[in-house]
Amino acid sequence: MAQNTTVQTAGHDEHHHESPVVFGFWVYLMTDCIIFGTLFAAFAVLHNQFNGGPTGHELFEFGGLGLETALLLVSSITYGFGMIAAHKSQVSKVILWLGLTFLLGLGFVGLELREFAHMIAEGAGPDRSAFLSAFFTLVSTHGLHVTCGLIWIVTLIVQLMGTTEIPERMMNKLTCLSLFWHFLDIVWICVFTYVYLASMI
Amino acid sequence: MLGRLSLSAIPLDVPILVGTFIGVVIVGVAVLGLITYYGKWGYLWKEWFTSVDHKRLAVMYIILALVALFRGFADAIMMRTQLALAYAGNPGYLPPHHYDQIFSAHGTIMIFFLAMAFMTGLFNFIVPLQIGARDVAFPFLNNLSFWMTAVAFILVNVSLFIGEFSQCGWLAYPPLSENQFSPGVGVDYYIWAVQISGVGTLLTGVNFFVTIVKMRAPGMTWMKMPVFTWTAFCASILIMVAFPVLTVAVGLLGMDRYFGMHFFTNDGGGNQMMYLNLIWAWGHPEVYILVIPAFGVFSEVVPAFSGKPLFGYSTMVYATCSIMVLSFLVWVHHFFTMGAGPDVNAFFGIATMIISIPTGVKLFNWLFTMYKGRIQFHACMYWAVGFMITFTIGGMTGVMLAIPGADFVLHNSLFLIAHFHNTIIGGVYFGYICGMNFWFPKVMGFKLDETWGKRAFWFWFVGFYCAFVPLYIVGFEGMTRRLNHYDNPAWHPWLLVAEVGAVLVMLGIACQLTQLYVSIRDRNLPQNRDVTGDPWNGRTLEWSTSSPPPVYNFAIVPHVHELDTFMHDKENGIDTRQAGAQYEAIHMPKNTSLGLACAVFALIFGFAAVWYIWWLAAVGLVGVIGTVIARSADKDIDYYIPAEEVARIENEHTRKLMAQAAE
Repeated sequence: MAQNTTVQTAGHDEHHHESPVVFGFWVYLMTDCIIFGTLFAAFAVLHNQFNGGPTGHELFEFGGLGLETALLLVSSITYGFGMIAAHKSQVSKVILWLGLTFLLGLGFVGLELREFAHMIAEGAGPDRSAFLSAFFTLVSTHGLHVTCGLIWIVTLIVQLMGTTEIPERMMNKLTCLSLFWHFLDIVWICVFTYVYLASMI
Repeated sequence: MLGRLSLSAIPLDVPILVGTFIGVVIVGVAVLGLITYYGKWGYLWKEWFTSVDHKRLAVMYIILALVALFRGFADAIMMRTQLALAYAGNPGYLPPHHYDQIFSAHGTIMIFFLAMAFMTGLFNFIVPLQIGARDVAFPFLNNLSFWMTAVAFILVNVSLFIGEFSQCGWLAYPPLSENQFSPGVGVDYYIWAVQISGVGTLLTGVNFFVTIVKMRAPGMTWMKMPVFTWTAFCASILIMVAFPVLTVAVGLLGMDRYFGMHFFTNDGGGNQMMYLNLIWAWGHPEVYILVIPAFGVFSEVVPAFSGKPLFGYSTMVYATCSIMVLSFLVWVHHFFTMGAGPDVNAFFGIATMIISIPTGVKLFNWLFTMYKGRIQFHACMYWAVGFMITFTIGGMTGVMLAIPGADFVLHNSLFLIAHFHNTIIGGVYFGYICGMNFWFPKVMGFKLDETWGKRAFWFWFVGFYCAFVPLYIVGFEGMTRRLNHYDNPAWHPWLLVAEVGAVLVMLGIACQLTQLYVSIRDRNLPQNRDVTGDPWNGRTLEWSTSSPPPVYNFAIVPHVHELDTFMHDKENGIDTRQAGAQYEAIHMPKNTSLGLACAVFALIFGFAAVWYIWWLAAVGLVGVIGTVIARSADKDIDYYIPAEEVARIENEHTRKLMAQAAE
């Protein structure tokens, strides 16, 4: 909102105005939510189309799944600690928490890829049946989002390195990534409940 | 190394395409040569291609839309000519393989690259000025959106000369669009063009939603917002809700084609009707995304040329919002014949008919605005009145199609084709051209020539009826869409009449080009110059700035007192500009080349994905991610216009206003 800008004195220390970045990113996330919603709808339509192939009940294992879920949920907590440090302008702590979040997220993606590889090796790949197409597309769209989040975390860690304070623009970036990361958690809860639990029960 | 791309992909055996290619090369070399000759590359790069100014982007969007119009219309007249010839023993001049690409490209181009680009151009120019803002919320994303749309259009046109375009219609219904029946690259061109332009459109929707929510001038409450901004707001919401569904629908089709999945295939448990539901859950809101802003244009034009405020402002707002909601409740009327049963069909049929109520409210509002007004029959009003007549007829045939029983007979017939051209040409196209005539002086500082504008209108208006009323008739007689040959003697004369209509429309387009040429030639004549910035005695804030507006739009952000605040200020002797006030330095975003770079990488990715050139696709993808990261790291993104510079520009405009007033 440029209209609130006052005369710039001595080059810096400008009067800050409310940035639309966080609100705009939140609105964008809602459109992303519709993408996931549509993928869930497609899964709902196709979840019984096994085409003579394996069902979810036969494929999914609770062990690895529980670990995946735990990693992702804990990574949301570590990101939260990172945001607390950011509000206190403790840059090195922010980097530490972001690094931990990155490792947890990486673990999640790794486990997911291992699960996928295992299924494909068993002959239960995405081209086996409509059910598996919908499953792989929905879950890997989430996984792809987490991967983008990982790239984003690395980018921000690099940008934070060597700085001592967190200017408004960096704070906005951290807040947007925070929204993104927690949003992916919420989506995962839905995936966990609707895709995995509902098939296993 | 080159995937499935080889020399045989270049259609040297099709004389029409070779001729087109030679033509494109000649025009391209001429344009590039002229730019080089006049040494304008630096200017274009610095002032336009890398610009984040919403006004510059608006002009580029509209130029893109006009280029798309030529391409889309060339397809249209080729189809009409084929059907005028291809009767009984005459096979016509287009074999089915070629004809099917033409109707697919025609629909895709007209919707995604003419209508959407034109609409976004109008949003870009008008919305920030109408709400008293200095730019949109996210100027860089605005530039990125434009280039994403532009490269997607380039990708569609590349398919003319390298490979082929989709032959599955503008919505690529499976199973026809699956690998089993369309093994070529055509559908893949379609998929990537739609996805890349979809990124641009989605970001535009978010951008304008946030701009309108967050950046209105002080005092501009929701019900003091101009109607065009309201319609842009509703269309932005529709974009945000509908376009992700398109992304998924086309994305899942891509999954089937690239990874052998079974979303919509005949085998493996796929479900084709899910594609239809998804694509129309986007597609029906999409037509309202296009037409609602056209309603907004008329709501600005009709009061301006009737010398009255808009009749029933609040009902106009409520009608717009209810159309926005209802547009999500009608998608099944595109496939009543699916067999969803009488209950479902009855619901969607009635929901469809209900939309005609708020639309009727709007129509009466415009008529009552004209009633007892001091109407000036400017070229804009020709388009507006032509719209009211044409759109009403299109709406009524829409209500006919909304009756499931009637739809069973008329489904996929030329009656349907006539209906939606009736609403899209009569509503969307007339609206956008009306808006172009209305706001052109604001954009360029001089008016469009009226005589040629009126000639263009009459050719379009008469040509439209001549081209599409015959299609209603042959549709009733059972002629289905997408035929490229027929034997029924009863249809032949009507299709000849339709061909005449297409030629008249072509003359209309020629008149529009002449109008542009004549207006630019005579731009310095005193009667054509817009010195005051307010050539039509306008009512809203965009007319309070100079024409063209300064880069910062408003030196002093206006305070809004009333609906139609500029008219209110004029009537009460308030200077909206607050000329001579203490000017302050203005914070503005800096131009950047990263939007263009990102889009070029997206184009490389799209082209490589079409041809299975995976190493190149990886280059494109890494490039896209890399440019986004580069933008994130870029610290040099804004600057200040010094107060002295602002004062100089503003005083200059004040001096011109005084000189004009003295005459």
